[in-house]
Amino acid sequence: MSSFIFRRALLSILTLVIILVIVTLIPNVAPGDPARKIAGGTASPERLAQVTESLGLDKTVPEQLQDVFSSTLRLDFGDSFTKPGSSVTDLVRASLWNSFKLVLFALVLLLPLSIFGGVVAAYKKDSLLDRFIVNGGVALSSVPEFVAGVLLLALLAVPFSFFRVVADPPEGAGFFLQLQHMLLPALTVLTVYFGYIARVTRASTISALESDFARTAFMKGLPTREVFGKHVLRNSLLPTVAVVGTQLGYMFGGMVGLELIFNYPGLGRLILDAVQSADYPLLRGGVLTVALIYMVATLSADLIIAWMNPRARLALGES
Amino acid sequence: MSITDENPTARGRTDVEPALSIQDLHMSYIVRGEPRAVLRGVSFDVRPGEAYGLVGESGCGKSTTAYSALRYLPSNGRITNGRILAGGQDLTAMGTSELQEFRARNASMVYQDPVQAVNPVLKIGRQVAECFQLLGNVSKKESYEKAEQALVRVQIAAPKSVMDRYPHQLSGGMLQRVVIAMALASDPQLLVLDEPTTGLDATVEAEVLDLVRHLRDEIGAAVLLIAHNLGVIRTMCDRVGVMYAGRMVEEGTVDEVFDQPSHPYTKGLLNSIPRRGLQKTDRELFSIPGTAPQIGTALNTCVYIDRCPIVTDTCHSDVPPIVDRGDTHWTRCHFPDRISEVPDPAKTDVVHNVIDTQVIGVDGVSKTFRQRGGDVPALVSIDLGFGVGETLGLVGESGSGKSTLAKTMLGVHEPDEGGAITLRGRPMATKATGRNEESIRSIQMVFQNPDSALNRAWTVRRILTRAVTKLTGVSGDEANKKAEDIAEAMQLTKRHLDMRPRQLSGGLKQRVAIARAFAGDPDVVVCDEPTSALDVSVQAAILNLLAELQRDVKTSYLFISHDIGVVRYLSDRIAVMYVGRIVELASTDQMFDGPVHPYTEALLSAVPNVDGEAADRIPLDGDIPSPANPPPGCVFHTRCHRFVPGLCDVSEPDLRDFGGGHMIKCHLEAEQLLQIRPKTVDA
Repeated sequence: MSSFIFRRALLSILTLVIILVIVTLIPNVAPGDPARKIAGGTASPERLAQVTESLGLDKTVPEQLQDVFSSTLRLDFGDSFTKPGSSVTDLVRASLWNSFKLVLFALVLLLPLSIFGGVVAAYKKDSLLDRFIVNGGVALSSVPEFVAGVLLLALLAVPFSFFRVVADPPEGAGFFLQLQHMLLPALTVLTVYFGYIARVTRASTISALESDFARTAFMKGLPTREVFGKHVLRNSLLPTVAVVGTQLGYMFGGMVGLELIFNYPGLGRLILDAVQSADYPLLRGGVLTVALIYMVATLSADLIIAWMNPRARLALGES
Repeated sequence: MSITDENPTARGRTDVEPALSIQDLHMSYIVRGEPRAVLRGVSFDVRPGEAYGLVGESGCGKSTTAYSALRYLPSNGRITNGRILAGGQDLTAMGTSELQEFRARNASMVYQDPVQAVNPVLKIGRQVAECFQLLGNVSKKESYEKAEQALVRVQIAAPKSVMDRYPHQLSGGMLQRVVIAMALASDPQLLVLDEPTTGLDATVEAEVLDLVRHLRDEIGAAVLLIAHNLGVIRTMCDRVGVMYAGRMVEEGTVDEVFDQPSHPYTKGLLNSIPRRGLQKTDRELFSIPGTAPQIGTALNTCVYIDRCPIVTDTCHSDVPPIVDRGDTHWTRCHFPDRISEVPDPAKTDVVHNVIDTQVIGVDGVSKTFRQRGGDVPALVSIDLGFGVGETLGLVGESGSGKSTLAKTMLGVHEPDEGGAITLRGRPMATKATGRNEESIRSIQMVFQNPDSALNRAWTVRRILTRAVTKLTGVSGDEANKKAEDIAEAMQLTKRHLDMRPRQLSGGLKQRVAIARAFAGDPDVVVCDEPTSALDVSVQAAILNLLAELQRDVKTSYLFISHDIGVVRYLSDRIAVMYVGRIVELASTDQMFDGPVHPYTEALLSAVPNVDGEAADRIPLDGDIPSPANPPPGCVFHTRCHRFVPGLCDVSEPDLRDFGGGHMIKCHLEAEQLLQIRPKTVDA
């Protein structure tokens, strides 16, 4: 097991290195002169040279890489270009905390609902309720999150003042006020992912229910509740864990549309802003953070699966 | 109810209330809103202490009947008429909690495929303890103690450590013991076994059956046993019911039904298995023509009319009555006295010529799998030769290396340095990808499961045409013509050619798989359990086909099977493998006349005999050793009943000629091998 974690960690480091290389190369291959873009069209040649130097673009690519790697190893990501005086670390940390709060709240709503929905749909397979959950879920997932967000705004925030339009709570807001502000974006995440997770759970629950070991459990005389609780779910939730693990990275870094609509200062918007303003140090910090979240999330999912499933443990131990 | 007998669990008592009484049971599956009849009035009793067997081909309703004894129906199954009485209670009238109570306390089930029947993510101890917790009045700790006792009762090795293990860490045989332990937790009055030993090795099968017999005597439960292996039914059961198309067609004691079958179907079934040492040179196997009626077909006639050789107009108009053939024996046939008119299978006068010229040779082939934690020698210096038109049977327990040998011959595995597969004396490339067309064409394979061996998206014509093109290089119309010829030789019709595998029955699919293998006129066809997924009557047709093809085109077979009777029928020579080594190589007659290797002796003694001539069984203790860690000296000495200390555990014997090319890998001499077996268990 520990050798598995070790190998995964190595692999993650390799992935991070590749990402770092790509991000470092971007200003070199980006169309136009990034220095001019940052300094402005009317900047003096001296100013331009200064910016070029601060971008590191006066150096060769290997030299740039060397600089980036050595500063990354020191966990020094430098200062943002566009927000002078603020370090990338501070900016990323603030956005990460915001994203973390939103994702956590969304998961608290999403996981119990969608898993329960999937299990109920499986148990009542082919019933009206099943069709409602499956088809409703598909319908909801097929709406892009920014459209769903706008719809929820129109349907809920406009008539009911309880739902807040802006997700970012005012300074010093209490716990519940923060939740109230984040409720709409979290509901949007719910609509996007409910169908997906419910269907994955439904499919694996059906196959677990039809399995021989579930039949054995029924034949032992166990009540249905216990057949589910003790035998079916432990097997059928494995794919759900894997899916949630792979989707977490996206929830942190990819929900740009959502963050824009609700004016929420999360990681997605941070990265988008960095791209638009050619703020390369900030971009580097943001992308690396998302990659790291991705890796931690998938690794955690694998470990949870291994904990739930002894055969997966075996595979991890051997391969 | 008076108990006069001293033994209250005396078998087959008629004066006590039956433990299970199925009365005129009708059941339907609802398919797209329409009820389709699967059971058409099944009635039988199983008395306390009695073992009752149900036989019949797949689709006849025997499993549906067995599951109905615990009222476990498929979600679309409906009982439309009849009663299921167990211990005086009517299962059809029970509510959910009553039914749970009934299953927990009064009746239990043991299933086919124990590996799937236990929860893969929970420890064994927890799963067994759960049964005791359901019975109530125990603390958690007590339930685990009882679970351990239950494992002791089913004679599992190291019960304490088994408790703490997960299912994937146990063998199939051990898991079946675990399932039996769970089934017996409540000392049930009724035990239903659905193909409990299918898929297990003959040696493990014998042990599991011994255990069931022993426990049945101990608790006096009524046993309902489903098995497609008629030998298992004969050796395990007191009475047997023969089912066909959802109806019971004959019932009697096992001796009555197996020795004097009174229904044409029973007779056909018995004639389709190789009995009493039958071989391909004696006669063809009988294959019941046609197929069983689809479920849901209205049958206000005899159910067997489509396939019966003595059918008359009466059979087409009236449901046959129950005709008594004795106190305990009856048949549902209009003309039970005409049973002798059912023709016996014809004797064949065609001689199987084996030409000694070696066509394919396996010369000094070893295969070592290199993996973390050490090398695993899966094959150790195998020498084999295939004469033209010869069948070489290959037997041995799972893990003995049979499939590895087959795959190495086919070039799926590369043999270790020094060994070679030769074609007419010339070594072939070791890997299939490196072989030329001639070599690839010369060795082909037929798999156990035609479902996964055939491309489901393709028509039979495309499957065969492609095989012809790949193996012989001809294409277009010529390939199409060749494919049609091959299909015809396999007794497939033109209609089948344009169907897809899923539209074909198991037997037809296997014919397509065989046709594919024969597309390039192979020299050797490796058949890995080609009939073990098929019903006996279909198996008979496939075996006949293989024998006929061999007569006509002189193909050689490597025939791998766990069914000794089938191997004996088809094989000219038989090789016995154990832990990657060939321990015996003999002509079929030599092997069944003896003397034989002690391992072969144990293997043969484990086969449940359909002819009822019970022989003493030689137990094989423990599991087959891992090839990664073979015992020193003779690899078999750890389980050998003729073990000589100081000799067998020190040096490995050579494969020696015991006369007439009968090769045995044993230190002992022929006279010693023929001595009375030192330790046996009563059959």
